[in-house]
Amino acid sequence: MSKPKPSATPSYGDMPDERGHFGPYGGMFVAETLMDPLEELRQAYQHYRNDPDFQATLDADLAHFVGRPSPLYHAERWSKVLGGAQIYLKREDLNHTGAHKINNTVGQALLAQYMGKKRIIAETGAGQHGVASATVAARMGMDCVVYMGEEDIRRQAINVYRMRLLGAKVVAVTSGSRTLKDALNEAMRDWVTNVDDTFYIIGTVAGPHPYPAMVRDFQAVIGREARAQLFERCGRLPDALVACVGGGSNAMGLFYPFLNDAGVALYGVEAAGDGLISGRHAAPLCAGRPGVLHGNRTYLMEDAQGQIIETHSISAGLDYPGVGPEHAWLKDCGRAKYAAITDDEALQAFHALTRIEGIMPALESSHALAYAAKLAPEMDNEQIMIVNLSGRGDKDIHTVAALEGIEV
Amino acid sequence: MSRVATTFEQLRSRRRSALVAYVTAGDPQPDVTLPLMHAMVDAGVDIIELGVPFSDPMADGPVIQAASERALRHGVSLAAVLGMVRAFRAKNTTTPVVLMGYLNPIEVMGYGQFASAAAEAGVDAALTVDLPPEESRELLHHLDAHGIDPIFLLAPTSSAERMARICSVARGFVYYVSVKGVTGSASLDVAAVAGKVKQIRALTGLPIGVGFGIKDADSAARIAEIADAVIVGSALVKLVGESADQTDQIPARVAALLSAMRQAMDAPAMRGDTRLSR
Repeated sequence: MSKPKPSATPSYGDMPDERGHFGPYGGMFVAETLMDPLEELRQAYQHYRNDPDFQATLDADLAHFVGRPSPLYHAERWSKVLGGAQIYLKREDLNHTGAHKINNTVGQALLAQYMGKKRIIAETGAGQHGVASATVAARMGMDCVVYMGEEDIRRQAINVYRMRLLGAKVVAVTSGSRTLKDALNEAMRDWVTNVDDTFYIIGTVAGPHPYPAMVRDFQAVIGREARAQLFERCGRLPDALVACVGGGSNAMGLFYPFLNDAGVALYGVEAAGDGLISGRHAAPLCAGRPGVLHGNRTYLMEDAQGQIIETHSISAGLDYPGVGPEHAWLKDCGRAKYAAITDDEALQAFHALTRIEGIMPALESSHALAYAAKLAPEMDNEQIMIVNLSGRGDKDIHTVAALEGIEV
Repeated sequence: MSRVATTFEQLRSRRRSALVAYVTAGDPQPDVTLPLMHAMVDAGVDIIELGVPFSDPMADGPVIQAASERALRHGVSLAAVLGMVRAFRAKNTTTPVVLMGYLNPIEVMGYGQFASAAAEAGVDAALTVDLPPEESRELLHHLDAHGIDPIFLLAPTSSAERMARICSVARGFVYYVSVKGVTGSASLDVAAVAGKVKQIRALTGLPIGVGFGIKDADSAARIAEIADAVIVGSALVKLVGESADQTDQIPARVAALLSAMRQAMDAPAMRGDTRLSR
């Protein structure tokens, strides 16, 4: 067993370059009106990330408002049932608002405040990022507008009401497929129109530079904590990390502090929906190809003419046709492996964790759990795997019940 | 000399500003576009901007988004748009055609293949909305090899340094986005635009077009006094959308608005002497 080194700034993670490139991916593919505002954001972020006052405020918010550090929980019973690696769950489900999303919104809203912006906007699919944005806006007394596809508003009525209770204005997006990608388009249109006083909080590690790097950095608290917690408990590094990937922010947050640890295998898990062969899925890394959307070059779900196609997943949070550009790069250079889990497999994992550990995972996180359940038996029981339990499953109870023909 | 340069040269000698008209190719259905292009030229349009439909037109307002959706229902691809330009060139060899769209369809076709196919079809210039100069080197190389002018946007938010950098790579003309916002958004502030145009003139000898927010003959005439090209899009696309169930009426309705704009732009009382006379 090798002695773990203290967490270092990963040289593997000396990405992106100055213009936001992760190898051939990332970059800034936006209309001219946004180029200077993005540069202003990049400079502000560069400045404040090294500013002790900003960092101290952020750390205090993460501790007292979000509830960090989140526990690293040894799922002993489930590990025993699976009969392989020891599985540890990083409990992002225990954060305020119930998912990892708040790590990022706390950071970006604080940056907005330091930059003197009065109004924040956000896009949301399932509503988790919208709720996390509305939450920080309420606390900071800022105006908040959340763009959400009309179709998602129908599917996620409770989160819509939650955002409204928090004082946010939820705007229904009726263009395109009326889902997350269209909400992102609409938020960009708002930003381009109100760029002087508005801060756009993107919810994942995608979009134009500096968003992929900035969101990753705000989420990297997950990996830093997990690393220190496992070191303290077991005196060593994990053998594998597993996280679900929609846009990919919880996965990047967990992976990033381990990128330079060659002995730590990284597994990102996409949504295979009805199966990759069916075409009804949301797995651009596993079954898509590189292209340009939403300000960055990355793997996309697109047709032969380059039009973005509709995705499918049981989990609204993974239902996105693109993925963060750093994941695209980690895939190409082989540092991380990407797999896909079907709706059915995710549901099985949802039930397994609920019944065996008494923890009800989000359907997004259930994809990571389902892959962990495949991987663990192939590892020996001295080995350690950390699975990012990125969110709690309360929001999904209606979906699960409906699939089982139960009305709640 | 390229068709774009020739067009501006001729307008300059007649002391007129160019009327640049945008429609989305294949909107509301593919067979409308060719007769519409010819009708636009007959109504006094100097340069046609042909929109390539895209599923996620992030920089466009609701009017042009809807146009993209109508065209995509008929599966209008980049290759199909190039086919429309080729058909247009069978009858018209002088009016420049600018393709306006987003990068991803071009990525899928391949930069080299796009540039050669576009040149072969008779395309004169390409404006790729989500491709700022910083990311454009490879595409510019291919466009240049095939004599296609890259058109770039300048925005109210662009710093002086950025404007200079953009002007240094732009060809054909530069396109000043007159308002912060998406296509078809709020009315423009002519005085503010005039100030910016003056600033851009100091940076480039290229003709300067102004677009976003020009809705009618009056706004077209006022912009014609300060810019070399008046670019109108959403106002025309709105007419197309309203006539989607009477497609045979579309060319005449669009032509009527363009004729009114042309007349207002060319009316002697409205013409200042500052244009194109540097």
